[in-house]
This record gives sequence, C-alpha cells and structure tokens, in this order.
Amino acid sequence: MANLDIVKPENLVYTKTKVLTDNVMHYCPGCGHGTAHRIIAEVIDEMGIQDKTIGVSPVGCSVLAYNYFDVDFQEAAHGRAPAVATAIKRLNPDCFVFTYQGDGDLAAIGTAETIHAANRGENITMVFINNGIYGMTGGQMAPTTLVGMKSATTPYGRRVDLNGYPLRITELLATLPGTYYVTRQSVHTPGNVRKAKAAIRKAFENQKLGKGLSFVEICSSCNSGWKMTPVQANKWMEENMFPNYPLGDIKVDGKLCDNITADRLVLDHPLTVVNK
Amino acid sequence: MAKELKLMKGNEAIARAMIASGTDGYFGYPITPQSEVMETLMAEKPWETTGMVVLQAESELASINMVYGGAATGKKVATSSSSPGISLMQEGLTYLAGAEIPCVIMNAMRGGPGLGTIQPAQSDYFQSVKGGGHGDYQLYTIAPSSVQEMYDFVFDAWDIAFKYRNPVLILTDGAIGQCMEKCYTRDYIPRWTEEERRKNAPWGTWGKPATRSHNIITSLELESSRQEVFNQKLQAKYREMEEKEVRFEALNCEDADYIFVAYGTSARICMKSMELARAKGLKVGLLRLITLYPFPKKQIAEFAKKVKGMLCVEMSAGQMIEDVKLAANCSIPIEHYGRFGGIIPSPEEVLEAMEKEIIK
Repeated sequence: MANLDIVKPENLVYTKTKVLTDNVMHYCPGCGHGTAHRIIAEVIDEMGIQDKTIGVSPVGCSVLAYNYFDVDFQEAAHGRAPAVATAIKRLNPDCFVFTYQGDGDLAAIGTAETIHAANRGENITMVFINNGIYGMTGGQMAPTTLVGMKSATTPYGRRVDLNGYPLRITELLATLPGTYYVTRQSVHTPGNVRKAKAAIRKAFENQKLGKGLSFVEICSSCNSGWKMTPVQANKWMEENMFPNYPLGDIKVDGKLCDNITADRLVLDHPLTVVNK
Repeated sequence: MAKELKLMKGNEAIARAMIASGTDGYFGYPITPQSEVMETLMAEKPWETTGMVVLQAESELASINMVYGGAATGKKVATSSSSPGISLMQEGLTYLAGAEIPCVIMNAMRGGPGLGTIQPAQSDYFQSVKGGGHGDYQLYTIAPSSVQEMYDFVFDAWDIAFKYRNPVLILTDGAIGQCMEKCYTRDYIPRWTEEERRKNAPWGTWGKPATRSHNIITSLELESSRQEVFNQKLQAKYREMEEKEVRFEALNCEDADYIFVAYGTSARICMKSMELARAKGLKVGLLRLITLYPFPKKQIAEFAKKVKGMLCVEMSAGQMIEDVKLAANCSIPIEHYGRFGGIIPSPEEVLEAMEKEIIK
C-alpha cells in the first residue's frame, strides 16, 4: 500500500472537471461519448460559464447526458433538440446553449430541425456524434452508415439501390449562410482530443458573437455496434469512416475553408467499405 | 395598453391576450383557420414593447418543441394551431405533460379526419381530453365560446399552467377563431422579471447557480418502479384539478325539464335553441361546459337527478356524449345531435332534435 503515500493534493497533476458529475457513465468501454462529454465540460469550466449553460440531450445512447453534466439540462424528443435549443436561446440570449446529438437523431428523424436551426442562424452550439450506426437500439443502419457497411438492418451491407447514400449532413450544413463554424473532429487519439476540444471551445466562444450556428461533428467509433474491440474499431474508423467523413474545419468565421473545394463538398461516389 | 372595448376576431383576441398577459414567447406554424394568431403577433411586434419573442417555426413538430424548450426555462411560452397541426404536436404535448412543463396551446378545430376541411368542427374532443399522445396524461382543457372568452382564458390558462405545472389547451374551433365580436381588453401584466421567473419556476433550466444542484427537464425514467411513482404523482395532480378546477355555466337549468349539454360554438347555438324552446313553452336549459378536462362529472350527475333528459350537441359524430353518459350513469335518456365535416347546425335543427329525440 506504499504507493498510496503519493496520493496527496500537492501531487495532483490531473483531475476530473467539476462540470462533470460523479455519476458513473453508462457508456460502453471504447465509446467516444465519455471523452466528448469531458472536453465539453472542460470548455464550460474554463470559460467560467457553468451558471449560464443549458444543454439539450437527444434520444439515443447519450439520452442520459444530463446525468453527467453539472449544468441545467433538458432531454428533447428524438431529433427535436435544435428546436428545443432554438427557443431556449431566443428566450435566454445571455445563456450558452448547446445540443448533443447522434447521427440517427440529428441526421434522420431530426433533419428538418437541424437544417432549419442552422438556416435561421441560431446562435447555439451543436455537437454531433457520428458513429455511422444507431447504437442504443442495437446497431441498426443510420443515415451515415457507409455503403457496404453491415448493421442490424443491413446484415449484408448497406446497398445504395436499397438504402441510398451516406448523408454527409455536416458538409450540407456548411453550404447554408446561417452556419458560422462547421468542423469535423474525432476523439480517438490524444492529439485529436486536443483538436476537438479547441473546436468545441471555438464553437462556444462563437455564441458571444451572435453570428450564427456553430456545428462540431465528432466522428466516433461504436465498437459494440460495429462488433469490434475498441482498438479494432478505432483502426476501422480511420480506414473507412475518415475517407467518407474527412476530418478538419469546413467553414470558419462564416467562410468555407480554402481546401474545401466543390469536389470535397460534394462526394459523387461514396467509397464502399469492404466489410468487417 | 389600458382597458378598451374593441371589435376583433377570436384569433386576434388570443394574440392580443398573449401580449397583455405577459407571455414571454410564441412559436407557431401557419394553418387555417388560426393563422391570424401569428399574423397579429408579427404585426404588433411585441418584441419592441414587452420583449416577447415571436418566431415562425418550420413545422408544428418544431413549434411545439420550441414551446418545450422555452417553457422549460420557466418562461410563459405558447403556441397555436388547428387540428392537423395539433395531431403533429402530440409527441411534444406528451413530453410537456411528462416533464410537467407549464405552457399554453390553442387548437382552433377544423373538420377531419385527415386533411379534412378548413371549416369549424369539434371532432378533436377525444384527442384533447383523453390524452392525445402516448402515456397516461391530461391536458387542462378549456373551451371558450366567445371572443371575450378567447381573450380572458389566456390569462386564466397561465394561472392554471403554473399552479399545476401542466400544459393548458384552449380548445376552440374555426368559427370562434374567425368570428368578430366585441372584446374588452385588459391592462398589460408585465412579463416576469428574472427574479420572478426564478421564484415561480425554481425547477427551470435557467442556468445553475452555485446555490443549487442542476435542474433537469426530462420525461425519461428507466426504472419502472420510479416511473410508476411519478405516474401516481401525476394522477394525484389530475384528481386535484378535478376537485378544484371544474368550470361550467348552467343557463335556465333551475326549472328545466330538459337540458342541452354543449361547449364552444355548439353552446352558442344551443343558447338560441333554448330561447326558441322557451318561446314555445318548453322548459329547456343549457349546461355549457367550460372545462372539458377536468370534466364536470359531479355536476352532470346532479343534473341527471333533476331533469328528464339531455341532448348533447357537438360538431362531431358524438364524442363528449360518452363522458356525459358516464357521468349520468345512463340514468336518463341522453342522446347526441351533431353535424360534422365543417357543417354548423342551425338553432332550429338542434331544437327539432331535442323535441324528437328527448322530449318526444
């Protein structure tokens, strides 16, 4: 027990942010939600806005996000978080309002709410966790499921002729004048976590400017739904998700980034994955 | 704005009452026959006077969820729509009831089913008082039958909504929404200050100070035993409303042998039918229901002991009659008379139905 001697306040080099509660998260080991939660909470803490932040959680794996963030929180109906957040922000313009949604919630059932909140230029932060699958309900096809990717409802792989194309809603939102900041990040390596946190910080800081919606996609793995180990899932994400969902800023300060050409924005032929 | 006598549409009265009652926000989507609510608000620009927020949403799904978000912050937030739009809102309404969020919704009913017609109807009674969405819940449902009541009931609705932390539905129809009548307006009630909001809605998501734990607005409870306890709490609240908040008007019922039971536009028609009956020497009264939930069960049971029969008049195929019969325990003849699909019955045909079906 000698090593416990070093557990003293003066030796503390790292601690959980106070904006996260002590509740034990229900997320699967290997899932990106915990890291995504943490960097959002750290940004809220570092900006000193805990008493002014209102979060909106979705339906899906992160439905219980309100148990983990120590800020006022509302749980929206499936897909409706952007509408809920719109009114919170309009009626409480001094508050920092963010939504936290998965791909089924944001890009399937809530597509209209997402696009119209963005198109109105609501001064909110939207965090979008894209893992290409419905995690909570058991791994069914999401709008973001890759062509050829197996899921509970595409057991032989997603087929374009049956199921259409993977929806790159982040690129779509970047084309709307109401979005001020649009980026895609990941949290699967320490370096990416740092970049994602900087993006979240920018997305929250932008609310002070009142120039439109800030949208941060976090491309994430779902090792349970993908039926892989966490390490395999991260590798598979790099090899298959990232070519379809390239990381990096798409629109900054209301302008498309220089590297975002028409070819980058419009993917004519989505890459087909060789199935896991 | 001070108290004035004005000529206005029912829909306009709703909008003006929202501004005057200190409403913080309105989120709507156009649909006939109630679009004048949002049109009036947009023309009045209350954001420049009272600070009220008015926003046109992309759908009724969005507008009711904007109500859910805005009202969860402890502010007075309202919407309005008509039958097909109200059907779309049912998901939001059950979330609002499940999370116990005070808010006000107006339904100017039109004929259904489906896209139906844009003419007045009362065929959303079941949807309004039997839940409408999924789960065991109730909306406090109040039915104006004049433009003045459209105006006044907005004020009453806010009192009830916050007293019980429950959504309030103002259930009217296209006729009352569209007709113009005189209406006394009221002195403006200022919107709540920040301090009042926090005092009146300590449960709201208005930003967690260091002095309290975080407020969570949700209707989710994965633990069944806790969900049952919560449902029991909701039911206790509904029983209290049934005990304390029933409203109705009994006209010429003291000596009546027969009574009409009706609400809203149908009650207005029955008033004339009652006059015609009295002119013929028939002792006919009118029980005009004001609250449809809570339903005046006890009062109807009492009237059933005194009168020989009741005619339920509704612009539907017969929905409210089920509750009237249950309340009266079918102890006397109770029949339905109604037109639907957007047809409004005449006072004469209503009286004829009373004579044929009840008086005989």
